[in-house]
Amino acid sequence: MAGTAVRGRLNTWLTATVGAVTEETARARTLRLEVPGWAGHRAGQHVDVRLTAEDGYQAERAYSIASAPGEPLAITVELVDDGEVSPWLTREARPGDLMEVRGPIGGYFVWEPGLGAPLLLAAGGSGVVPLRSMLRERSRAGSTVPVRLLYSSRSLDDVIYRAELDAAPAGVEVIHALTRSQPPGWTGYARRVDKRMLAEVAWPAAPGDGASKPLAYVCGPTSFVETVAAALVDLGYPPVRVRTERFGASGR
Amino acid sequence: MDDTALDDGALDDGALDGNAIGGLLIEVFGTEMTTAVATCGSCGAASQVAELVVYMPGLGTVVRCRSCDAMLMTFVQIRGVVCVDLEGLASLG
Repeated sequence: MAGTAVRGRLNTWLTATVGAVTEETARARTLRLEVPGWAGHRAGQHVDVRLTAEDGYQAERAYSIASAPGEPLAITVELVDDGEVSPWLTREARPGDLMEVRGPIGGYFVWEPGLGAPLLLAAGGSGVVPLRSMLRERSRAGSTVPVRLLYSSRSLDDVIYRAELDAAPAGVEVIHALTRSQPPGWTGYARRVDKRMLAEVAWPAAPGDGASKPLAYVCGPTSFVETVAAALVDLGYPPVRVRTERFGASGR
Repeated sequence: MDDTALDDGALDDGALDGNAIGGLLIEVFGTEMTTAVATCGSCGAASQVAELVVYMPGLGTVVRCRSCDAMLMTFVQIRGVVCVDLEGLASLG
């Protein structure tokens, strides 16, 4: 196939006003965004955020949508120390501040209640954000699909949505892995996610046709996603039943 | 092997996946493309755009085949113009 040059003729950027801000951890916060003309979204999608400096320099990054479809648009952002966008979003942005967003984006890493099948959600760090949208959508839609969320964090203090996950509804099991430090008396996993852990936690990939197989969504740093996806395929998950989204080395 | 380095993803080579270029592709093609099927012109592997290997080092965006690592697409943005090269693709749709 050939190539071309495309002028940015499509005005795809919308102005967003920061609404309520919720501190989730010392490094992550959730920002409600008010976007006139917003078309609504599906669980698992993301938005691109664009910031423009006074000298005209622009930086854009993608952030997963944290809210369920039908809820006000919200993103959860974790600080990347040398980042260009996340420091402003996590440290500076206040209600009433303006930025630009483009979206909703993505049709692959998307969950809808009609997909059925037991759900395995695996998150590394802020990879939990799109999975939280899926969990909220499950509740909002009255779905009874059984869900296991395996969530890897450095420490308990780094767990995003901790109170909400502690109060997970019936049918949703949350299994934490704390990789760096654990509180006194911690009886859960205290290492990075590996194949042995997934063999204990993941729904068995029972023989049968595709539609009855468990469906997995894996989101996090690239190395986390590669490890989990490869292990699930080793455990018998068909590759087409393992949907992946990689945040890169240091997260979004 | 240092566990901290692994935790930080220091062993990653910066690769993302096709989810990351969904917004760019909407700008170029005018529609959601991450579920479009891309067929590699080198090895013939067909996969959804979301599953391709993506590098975004800053100056441009390179998209590679997950099966054979061939370069499928490149995008360079200069002053509001996106230059698109799809030479590595047999088909996209």
